[in-house]
Amino acid sequence: MSEQATGNGALVDIRGVEKVFRRGAEDIQVLKDLNLEVPAGEFLALMGPSGSGKSTLLNLIGGLDHPTRGTVSIAGERIDQLSDHRLAAWRARHVGFVFQLYNLLPVLTAERNVELPLLLTHLSKAERRAHVATALAAVGLEHRAKHYPRQLSGGEQQRAGIARGIVTDPTLLLCDEPTGDLDRKAGDEILGLLQALNREHGKTIIMVTHDPHASARASRTVYLNKGQLTREPND
Amino acid sequence: MSGPVNWLSQIAAVTKFGLLSMPQRRGSVAAAAFGIAGVVAVLVGVLSIAAGFRRAMAASGSPDAALVLRSGADSEMVSGFLRDSTRIIADAPGVARTPEGPLASAELFVIINLPKISTGTDVNVPLRGVERPALKVREGLRIVKGRMFEWGRDEVIVGIGAAREFDGLQVGDRLKVGRYLWPVVGIFSAGGGAADSEIWSDATVLQAAYHRGDSFQSVFVKLKSPDAFNEFKDAVTADPRLNAQVLRQTDYYAENSTAVTKLITTLGYLIASLMAVGAVFGALNTMYSSVSARTREIATLRALGFGSAAVVASVMLESIALALLGGVLGAALSYVAFNGFHTATMNWQSFSQITFSLAVTPQLLVQGVVWATLIGAIGGMLPAIRAARQPIAAALWEL
Repeated sequence: MSEQATGNGALVDIRGVEKVFRRGAEDIQVLKDLNLEVPAGEFLALMGPSGSGKSTLLNLIGGLDHPTRGTVSIAGERIDQLSDHRLAAWRARHVGFVFQLYNLLPVLTAERNVELPLLLTHLSKAERRAHVATALAAVGLEHRAKHYPRQLSGGEQQRAGIARGIVTDPTLLLCDEPTGDLDRKAGDEILGLLQALNREHGKTIIMVTHDPHASARASRTVYLNKGQLTREPND
Repeated sequence: MSGPVNWLSQIAAVTKFGLLSMPQRRGSVAAAAFGIAGVVAVLVGVLSIAAGFRRAMAASGSPDAALVLRSGADSEMVSGFLRDSTRIIADAPGVARTPEGPLASAELFVIINLPKISTGTDVNVPLRGVERPALKVREGLRIVKGRMFEWGRDEVIVGIGAAREFDGLQVGDRLKVGRYLWPVVGIFSAGGGAADSEIWSDATVLQAAYHRGDSFQSVFVKLKSPDAFNEFKDAVTADPRLNAQVLRQTDYYAENSTAVTKLITTLGYLIASLMAVGAVFGALNTMYSSVSARTREIATLRALGFGSAAVVASVMLESIALALLGGVLGAALSYVAFNGFHTATMNWQSFSQITFSLAVTPQLLVQGVVWATLIGAIGGMLPAIRAARQPIAAALWEL
């Protein structure tokens, strides 16, 4: 994987970002003049109370939404200026997502779920199979490849979700409360897995979490409070 | 990555997921499919009446057969010739001949009342008096039961359709003709043509029974070849002793079928259109619930990089697939239920009943499936747009 950093050396470079949602006649400002740099290879935890804008920020970094103001650059590319169509193609190339509720397709087996992002590439069927096998092995789920999500435990489903997130070897892995729906033991296993991906494979990970236990596994933690970043939870 | 191949593979993948999830929504899927099947079955069923009627009329004439009526008459009912005129017509150039004479049959056409077996109500049934060449003038006419009537005797033979639809027309029955009772001595088949609905007797005895003197209403003629038509027509119409018009039998019967087929076809489209509106809402409802049930899945796919255009196309394809399922079911149902079903209806040109078989033709089946496809496409359009417009970030959290 080649990760091109921006001029200041950051893989993720967010400058002066604001996000305003309109609800009826009311404007709700979720993010205010936010700046963030994430260097390549970092495992960053984003913490903050509910409604602080953590997921909104993650959506902007992942190209799922556009900022109202400011710039979002990933590996030197201004994604805030991309059309929805180009953003979709950009996400397919550069971002792996891991969701709290796993978001696996119930009609597909674990391996077919993991294969999904590869359907957007030019890889042959045999190449896709090889990539899927590697990703499943990386998360320790190769023995459950043929199982449907309903046949997997929560932890196993999240492992499949992570395998799907890394199968294309993306620039960034974005995790939204990846342990939020798991018990402590399964959650620890998932965090250990993310940590290994970061340390052993150099994967850049940004993880939104409520859980201080989870954020302790990250190499850096930043806090969001009322739409602004702080170094400490109560700043 | 971009390009048409990638786009198509995206559509194929998203469509596949939608189709695979159909069993989880089998209730609404079945309701919509049956709704569309109903539309197609009714459409094809009604149009098969028109197709069967048209086919019966088309089978009634051949290109080398002509019909002579009095000028201005639009049917045999209002036509009339004296025997002298029918002889001149029979001797005109272009008429095929055998050693026994010209292949021309001067005929008498009257209507009698008989009860319809299916309803018990009296209907008009054509009784035709024919001359000896009649059997050779009409191709493919054969006795299928009993025997031919004897010339000069008060006997009748009955077309196979008439024997099936009207009471008292089996071999051995006695038919009331005017003040007389004539025995039915045979059943004949005219290959599905209009003659299948008729009762035939010797024209001479029918003239006497109906006090028609020596008059006829039409002359049916076999030509030497289809190309001899103009020669025959010019000779008849130019003859100052005759006041006649010459028609190809195929044109005459096609014209005769126009009013009925037009009415049936219009009714068929009207009923099917009204039902189709209901079926569109059924498909719409099913696809809205499909999109709603898969909100998070669709959002997940879009987050992974699947394009919104692929989502629109896949929802449309899913709707069309659902409609095709209904369409094929409806077409199959209509084929099983209607094809070959025997019935009779009024032919307004002759004011008499014509028996025929409903015809579910391949064209009608295709038409039914095309209707189903359109219903599916219209029903899937709005849900598809909704699926593509859902904000991804919010939809990812839908349960």
